[in-house]
Amino acid sequence: MTLTLTSRPALWRLARLDYDPVRKRPVLLYPEGAVLLNETGAAILELVDGARTIADIVELLGQRYGTDVTTDVTEYLSDLARRELIRDV
Amino acid sequence: MTSDRPTTLLAELTHRCPLHCPYCSNPLEMVRADGELATEDWKRVFTQARALGVLQLGLSGGEPLIRKDLEELAAHARGLGLYSTLVTSGLGLTRPRAERLRDAGLEHIQISIQDSDPEVAEKIAGVSSVKQKRAAAAIVRELGFAFSINVVLHRANLDRIGPIIDLAASLGADRLELANTQYYGWGLSNRSWLMPTRDQIVRAQAVAQEAMHRYRGTMQMIFVLPDYFEHYPKACYGGWGKLYIVVSPDGRVLPCHGATQITTLSFDNARDHSLDYIWHESAAFQAFRGDAWMREPCRSCPRKTVDFGGCRCQAFALTGDAANTDPVCTLSPDRGMIDAAIVEQTEPAEFRYRILSAEPQRA
Repeated sequence: MTLTLTSRPALWRLARLDYDPVRKRPVLLYPEGAVLLNETGAAILELVDGARTIADIVELLGQRYGTDVTTDVTEYLSDLARRELIRDV
Repeated sequence: MTSDRPTTLLAELTHRCPLHCPYCSNPLEMVRADGELATEDWKRVFTQARALGVLQLGLSGGEPLIRKDLEELAAHARGLGLYSTLVTSGLGLTRPRAERLRDAGLEHIQISIQDSDPEVAEKIAGVSSVKQKRAAAAIVRELGFAFSINVVLHRANLDRIGPIIDLAASLGADRLELANTQYYGWGLSNRSWLMPTRDQIVRAQAVAQEAMHRYRGTMQMIFVLPDYFEHYPKACYGGWGKLYIVVSPDGRVLPCHGATQITTLSFDNARDHSLDYIWHESAAFQAFRGDAWMREPCRSCPRKTVDFGGCRCQAFALTGDAANTDPVCTLSPDRGMIDAAIVEQTEPAEFRYRILSAEPQRA
């Protein structure tokens, strides 16, 4: 599934964002699985709330990092959507 | 010393269970109630597992609801930050119990379904159970748990995979695991009655694939071909002692739930040693780590980093030596015994039901 700027991503109901104190990495936990995240991934997912569009997230992160993150954000969330960890609501 | 850290702990809290499914993953020789770890032991195990890197906890059995301390254990796990799954038959999951588990912080419940046909379902379970399971499923939905259904597939239910999938969807499952029977222990001793035909597998795969598209976005489905019908073995839990730890009801710490059948290994107990020590130092966890233990055809095979030689338990159960190549591999000199098992089907007969008897049973 490919998301676009107008998509409104939400975490799968069964997934939650957490921090792994042993590996010292943010982690996305869901039944029978876990994805260890880097800081960029965690920064994107923290803004995913089912209300913001991808355009909103791109704008917020673009301001924070001072660069255009459209491709990074769209591809990252589309990849998680293909793995059914992100839904377009 | 391995640098790998486990991500998942399967806590087999008890072997006691109201069901008698003839493919049960518990060992033939089960632990009796008076041999089970105490509440404080389990809490210590969970704490040690978290410190070792475990993120996912399976509260399993037997039937874990039989343990009166389940709520206390679930609360302890949540306090540690673990993502916990209750792996249950659904029997005993009353609304008050489910509410207490929710309040304890339990996130995910997996209920087993034997078949869409109630009569066959109860014949497999060996006990009246369909009504209670449906009631339990409704409670799980109402209370907002993440909800999975697990169905073990075999010759007697595979032709109803379509209705089974639709039943899971109608019960409101977020996730459906269609798990083909694995032939160890109980499953192996009932293999000739459980083994599907190749035609059944081909038809079931087509039905499952169509349903996966249809339910995409509402119910996540997992369907994996049974290893007997594949060319290469499965990568059991990502390799021996790599990601997975099982603690049996009596505290033995295992690299997988079937490992006790490898009688040439002995397993350290969480009553005597820390999980950290057992993971890093114990002989059993080191026995098949990496690839130094491998023989041919595995040793020089490029797939050894993909499937790690397959399942050690299956190699032991079928060839008598756990260091052999998993015989489901078509490169194994023992593959013939797998092909023979696929064609050696008998008419439906009496299952050998899983029972926790006074006397240990042997295959």
